[in-house]
Amino acid sequence: MSVPQRRTDIGPPHYEQFLPPIIKKNYGNWSYYQQLAPGVMVHVAESGDKIYSVRVGSPRLLATDTIREICSIADKYCDGYLRFTSRNNIEFLVTDESKLNPLQDELKSKGYAIGGIGYRVSNPVHTQGWVHCHSACTDASGLVKSIMDELFPYFCEKELPNKVRLAVACCVNMCGAVHCSDIAVVAVHTKVPQVDAEAFKNMCELPTTIASCPTGAISPDPATKSVKIKAEKCMYCGNCFTVCPAIPIKDAERDGVAIVVGGKVGNLRSNPKFSKMVIPYISNEPPRWPKAIAAIKLILETYAKDARKFERVGEWIERIGWERFFQLTGIEFTYQHIDDFTFARETFRTAATFKW
Amino acid sequence: MPKMYDTPLLDELEKGPWPSFVKEIKKCAAKNDMAADELGLLEKSYKTKIGYWKHGGIVGVRGYGGGVIGRYCSIPEEFPGVAHFHTVRINQPSAWFYTTDALRTICDIWDKYGSGLTNFHGSTGDMILLGTRTEALEDIFAELSSRGWDLGGSGSAMRTPSCCVGPARCEWANIDTLELCYQLTQEFQDELHRPAWPYKFKIKIAGCACDCVAAIARADCSIIGTWKGDIKINQDEVRNYVKNGFDIQKWVIDMCPTECMSWDGSTLTIDNANCNRCMHCISKMTKALKPGDEKGATICIGSKAPIVVGALLSWVIVPFIKVEKPYDEIKDLVRKMTEWWDENGKPRERIGEVIERVGMRSFLEYIGVPPQPQQVKEPRRDPFWFFTEEDIEKIKAKEAEEKKTGVYKF
Repeated sequence: MSVPQRRTDIGPPHYEQFLPPIIKKNYGNWSYYQQLAPGVMVHVAESGDKIYSVRVGSPRLLATDTIREICSIADKYCDGYLRFTSRNNIEFLVTDESKLNPLQDELKSKGYAIGGIGYRVSNPVHTQGWVHCHSACTDASGLVKSIMDELFPYFCEKELPNKVRLAVACCVNMCGAVHCSDIAVVAVHTKVPQVDAEAFKNMCELPTTIASCPTGAISPDPATKSVKIKAEKCMYCGNCFTVCPAIPIKDAERDGVAIVVGGKVGNLRSNPKFSKMVIPYISNEPPRWPKAIAAIKLILETYAKDARKFERVGEWIERIGWERFFQLTGIEFTYQHIDDFTFARETFRTAATFKW
Repeated sequence: MPKMYDTPLLDELEKGPWPSFVKEIKKCAAKNDMAADELGLLEKSYKTKIGYWKHGGIVGVRGYGGGVIGRYCSIPEEFPGVAHFHTVRINQPSAWFYTTDALRTICDIWDKYGSGLTNFHGSTGDMILLGTRTEALEDIFAELSSRGWDLGGSGSAMRTPSCCVGPARCEWANIDTLELCYQLTQEFQDELHRPAWPYKFKIKIAGCACDCVAAIARADCSIIGTWKGDIKINQDEVRNYVKNGFDIQKWVIDMCPTECMSWDGSTLTIDNANCNRCMHCISKMTKALKPGDEKGATICIGSKAPIVVGALLSWVIVPFIKVEKPYDEIKDLVRKMTEWWDENGKPRERIGEVIERVGMRSFLEYIGVPPQPQQVKEPRRDPFWFFTEEDIEKIKAKEAEEKKTGVYKF
């Protein structure tokens, strides 16, 4: 069978053809929105027109069969229109209010999770993990599934002081938004990589490899026509492995996950913030990572109990102080918590005011 | 019939209320050899706690340098179905709106040539098709492009821009994020498909400071909608909120970061000159408060993940720019920024890192943006700064002028 004629550099199709008529009509003229349920909101236009959005979680990794099923549902209730959110949720866009309840009934009967709007946990942003990535030191999908099974009531029902944005990255490249999330998991290596000198000669470039190391731990090894690594300088970032496959860093027993908290991207009340490390290492325990899940739950529930209304995790911690955070959660403070890298000097305390 | 694997560990992840990715893989594995071996391979990873993918190889479609990420299994003899398991990135439509017909077209093509597995969506925003063989790539591209779809970015190139839902369904959008995203994507097709830069360059566009696409944290070029002028207050609606039990003092007045609001029991007053447009009050009283009338965007530059000397948030470069069709000013600015970066950057150096190394002045001068206090949190605290001869001449000329007029101008 012949394939059609290819075209290049056409870019994406124009979005307008995918907009529901009611959105085209009221484009740029929305007046306000209201949350009707944990996964349902209505946007009201200045014209008085309304569009309802029903949000459901997705594992991001979808089979074409599932996409077809989603399409059939959208045909039935949404005139064939739907969208995805920046956090991999699916939003069914409903114009006819009478279809709102039947849509939710069908979604529930088919096992879809409705929720994630408002002051709740939304779908975690995450990376490929063992499913598809060469540099993964954990599986992101399995962690996300385990986290969300445990925190499910916070997605579909229970309210928190403010929204909580979760993320999982399967290595420090952080293709997910871990570095600015309320609570996030980042997988880490903990062992100095071994150089395969034989393979190095065939696969790697000496200057690129040396330049890839942020701490200057890599130097030439003329004897083997390869490189050597100064162990005490290596903090296992894996950047050398990224540029040179002959420096494998993966280690089944030593790769694990760290927990970071307190980041955000919005400007509301306080400026966007980076996440900060609070647990440096938990062993990989597939298929359910029970200790990592328990740690996330501990932090989330301490926040839920102690934070003021509208405080994000990072705002809550900044108000009470990090020393108090460690006290309230009971998380141990170790040498790993004290920064000794690029931004270290900005993080040391320079005042006599702190809490016991 | 595809091979069936025993997957006791992954089966565990079919249980529980959250939708299961294992069920998704199994749906495809039941009818597709690639997906079946993907399932078997993943179970092995769960057992051994290690991954089995090799570094990306160079694969792609004719005339393009990106859009496909080569992926090969490190143990193909054991799992031949995933010997090749390449990723195809498809440039998503602005704000991820679809018709069901459009999605079915993608599914049909993917069922014919690939594993049936997808990501909706990848971290940068593209539709991701997971798992196909090198020899299928040209056919996939022909099928997609003949139906109006194009590949997204990968490698050291412009990456697929993305944007929030914007004016399509949000009352806070100060700019048309969808159209700007579309126009920038079209403008930079060559840069997007043919990697020619030191490293990746991402653009994200948010309609307001709530930043639902994480532009400030995840894009080299973060375009964030904002406004000048007074917040519009509907006092009747404010009183309605209060009547309905909303604690305006505690939840709005006391939480305003600039303390620029007051409430006397019947009227809300905002000292707009002291407002920093954080969006807290507007987001909490959506019926009563609206952004001011003079709309535009703040352009920030440099954010990235930690590899390798630490994560960066984007820095304010252009505090305010009008965002109007055909967006020539923004297009020119992005071109100048990337030219400067391309000129000065070392391999694998992001634009933010180059600004840090070479200096903000060089960057600002090249792109033609003057220094403004909105660009910094605070002025420098060290006593070490550079002067050009021209800088000194300007100061001396100003002082000579002051001598004549008798009026100091600081």
